[in-house]
Amino acid sequence: MQKNGTIALTFHVLVLAFVLAPLVIICLVAFTPENTLSLPTTGLSLRWFKAVFAHPDFMASFWNSIWLAALSATLAVAFAVPAGLAISRYSFPGRDFLNALFLSPLIIPHLVLGVAFLRLFALLGATGSFAWLVATHIIIVTPYVLRLVLAALSGLDRSAEQAARTLGAGEWTAFRRVTAPMILPGITGGWLLAFINSFDELTMSIFVTSPATVTLPVRMYMYATESIDPMMAAVSALMIAITAAAMLVLDRAFGLDRILVGQR
Amino acid sequence: MMTSRSPIPSAPWLLAGPGALFFFGLVLLPLALTVILSFQAYDHSTGIQSTFTLSHYVTVVTDGYYLEIFWRTLRIAALTTLICAAIGVPEAYILSRMRDPWRSVFLLVIIGPLLVSVVVRTFGWSMLLGSQGLVNQALQLVGFAPARILYTETAIVIALVHVMLPFMVIPVWTALQKLDPMVEAAAWTLGASHFTALRRVVMPQVTLGMLSGSLIVFGLSASAFAVPALLGGRRLKMAATLVYDEYLQELNWPLGATIAIIVLVANLCIMLAYNRMVETRARRTLG
Repeated sequence: MQKNGTIALTFHVLVLAFVLAPLVIICLVAFTPENTLSLPTTGLSLRWFKAVFAHPDFMASFWNSIWLAALSATLAVAFAVPAGLAISRYSFPGRDFLNALFLSPLIIPHLVLGVAFLRLFALLGATGSFAWLVATHIIIVTPYVLRLVLAALSGLDRSAEQAARTLGAGEWTAFRRVTAPMILPGITGGWLLAFINSFDELTMSIFVTSPATVTLPVRMYMYATESIDPMMAAVSALMIAITAAAMLVLDRAFGLDRILVGQR
Repeated sequence: MMTSRSPIPSAPWLLAGPGALFFFGLVLLPLALTVILSFQAYDHSTGIQSTFTLSHYVTVVTDGYYLEIFWRTLRIAALTTLICAAIGVPEAYILSRMRDPWRSVFLLVIIGPLLVSVVVRTFGWSMLLGSQGLVNQALQLVGFAPARILYTETAIVIALVHVMLPFMVIPVWTALQKLDPMVEAAAWTLGASHFTALRRVVMPQVTLGMLSGSLIVFGLSASAFAVPALLGGRRLKMAATLVYDEYLQELNWPLGATIAIIVLVANLCIMLAYNRMVETRARRTLG
């Protein structure tokens, strides 16, 4: 294999610096002891992290986002696994349409989904409830789960399943005891990816959250447009930490490159 | 479930039915309602009317205010796509020539930020690009006058490139994975220069990845919200921030719906045209 030359490596280092710069600056500023957004020059302080944990709005939004992400990822799995089975194992009229329908939230801009949900909820008189927010997040994260489930199902050796059936297992038993464990990595990876995507979502959520259900990214957006103090950096640093932790789990367990590259 | 040879017609619908109903109700229905809304008349004192009109579409395509925003959106999205290709393609090639563990580590560093919320990344850039930010301090250190970067199109493009870069690297990387490195080596052995080998062997593979990457980057940039909202300020609007303002500040939902539908249709058209182009290209390369 040909090695990269000096020019290539210089380019590579510059790209890395570009990619990491905004994340690094956030993590540094989060530890500032000052009252303004500034690099910590005199010493490190945790005061802005304490301020975040003492801020009732941020904490409420944080837990709101965690519950929202966990619920919508779980329900997305509940929709995507049977749908994946139907799409990968049967040929039936409307199969391609169903597949396109389930994956369409990847193509429709979140902005458009946001205003569309807003219209529907206004007509139903349903704005502002947590349940509806969960429903919208299920829509945007289901495609991620479905893709990984479909990939897992297509790479599956079906002889084990057939053996179970021959030995007298019912369809449900064969699924529960043989197929499900075999596609479990795909399901878990899909769940985590769905969780992260829901946890980070801003553009669609900003249209469908009410004051009682503001998610963390929406809260951060509102905060950033109104005031500038290092608390924003501290919240951001916490979000980076949570994402990095989820990313490491994903990478250790399934290989992040496989999950993200297999995505789109 | 087991035998695909004698399928029970109802089984796939039982499996996919609940999800299908859910998606019908929450994707197709709201989209249809929004299309209808974009044709409904609006009155500033009484709100949305039940009469239908084309006036919102006429307003949007004739009023200079909206045309300028659409033009800016296209320009910024195109520029972002170009820069992403210029950075992402060589970077993916460099990554593909690295050895493990560096290769996996750096791939993770490049595409990992994809999972960090856009609000967070945009906030990071607003600190870097501000009048007292690191970029300006560095400029002054080298002797340049402090530049006003924040709240300009430059700031929006820089942050968008940062957000979109993984979407360019991933498809190019995937395309390069399919290329056997020995083929490039064979070209050298057969007397091709490094440049010729790159142009004749590597580029044809990379082009397909680059095309699909460009498509994703362009579509996502043209409908991006957080970056222009936080880095563009009040003045520099893009399509997404315009829709947001129409909905939540002006409360003119039909006009907002019109712009959203235009964004959606433009997105779908570009995607279809691009797909056709990629297909023709692939057929030519293969046949």
